[in-house]
Amino acid sequence: MTDATLQAGHVQWQEAVIERIERQTEGVKSFLLRPQTWRSFRAGQHLDLRLTTPDGYQTQRSYSVASAPGFKGLYELVVERLDDGEVSPFFHDVAEVGDAIKIRGPIGGHFAWGPEDGGPLLLIGGGSGVAPLMSIVRHRAAVGRDVTVVLLHAARTWDDVIFREELIARDATEANFTLLLSLSRDTARRPQDFGRRIDASLLNMTLARLGTAPRLTFACGSNAFVEAVTGHLLDIGLDPRTIRTERFGG
Amino acid sequence: MATRGFTRKTSPADYADRIPPGQSRTEGFPVLSAGPTPRVSLGDWSFTLKIGPRPMMRWTWEEFTALPQTKMTRDIHCVTKWSKLNTPWRGVLIDDILAEAGLALPPDYTLAHSFDGYSTNVPTADLIGGKAMVATHYEGKPLTPEHGGPARLLVPHLYFWKSAKWINALQFLERDEAGFWELRGYHIYGDPWREQRYRGD
Repeated sequence: MTDATLQAGHVQWQEAVIERIERQTEGVKSFLLRPQTWRSFRAGQHLDLRLTTPDGYQTQRSYSVASAPGFKGLYELVVERLDDGEVSPFFHDVAEVGDAIKIRGPIGGHFAWGPEDGGPLLLIGGGSGVAPLMSIVRHRAAVGRDVTVVLLHAARTWDDVIFREELIARDATEANFTLLLSLSRDTARRPQDFGRRIDASLLNMTLARLGTAPRLTFACGSNAFVEAVTGHLLDIGLDPRTIRTERFGG
Repeated sequence: MATRGFTRKTSPADYADRIPPGQSRTEGFPVLSAGPTPRVSLGDWSFTLKIGPRPMMRWTWEEFTALPQTKMTRDIHCVTKWSKLNTPWRGVLIDDILAEAGLALPPDYTLAHSFDGYSTNVPTADLIGGKAMVATHYEGKPLTPEHGGPARLLVPHLYFWKSAKWINALQFLERDEAGFWELRGYHIYGDPWREQRYRGD
């Protein structure tokens, strides 16, 4: 698990073509990229993207892969539009199906899960931080249905919940998978969801759903979100060595 | 080849020659950590110098902060693509730690260890000669926990994962030994100017 080897090919830049663009929520779109050479990966890993202007200026960003390793040939990325950003407005306002983007990866050996890592798993995502967790949820459904997973997904409102319909459908049909929503500026639409921010009591109720302490916790979101959530988890008594984080923003 | 329709948002910065390839300048100070921020009280804090498995010297917080203090203002570069210019630090140079321990010729390789179990490897030559410190202050204030407080390694000329947060030991070794991210696909050395992000770069 700790010696995730990186084949040389993963760090080579290559071209990927945007095959499909899907609107997820207001301000969030999924981009399905078809690379020249698709490589398998561990759920939770990320791609690096490189954009170039005609005068040669280049910039890079990392995006988590939201699709599962079983979704061969394509990588799904979730891009949230940040008004003051340089790359996300390009994706939202300019990029079209058929455009080519330079990518490399998938890369990353820590915020990643495979069935050999076991469970139960506690997944906690804030906003677009759900992307790598989605890959884990989808991968589990394909190869690890005996692994118990609770996904606690935080969003502002019901309409801001990325992958909402798919996740609710999985919650209804997949054994051992539970979705809990924490809506900071909305009321709960399902009896099990929460119309408030994540706090210690909410996390205690979430942990009760798992029954036992999670073997691994994956928390992804803004730094403020991850810092608050993991602080509560340490207060509750979770072993810090079982908690993996990925943070963005700042 | 250019990306169709992609334009740069910022005008070419005056500092362009200080931003390594693939990096973007940030005014913020993003936080990247593999796990939760550990809770390290100053009473429990200690810093140990080791050669191989053998502890050479150990300092409490009080003893450590009594060592000579040095200020250093440097540009820093995170492998997640951000760079931050002119970051002001204060702490104890590795040179001064070695002098205090009476260690004139430490072995060639170093593994830095942290309270949360994190580790990272740096050639000893990259830590001495005024190049690196154990930093306890940022912008004149005690280093906050999310940025590595009470104390972090500062090796500003390498990607910032080498500047281990929550440091509690430096271990000198005869042979190079990969640390946490180096075992997980990241580059063994991590020079931002040669864009050594991942193994194979």
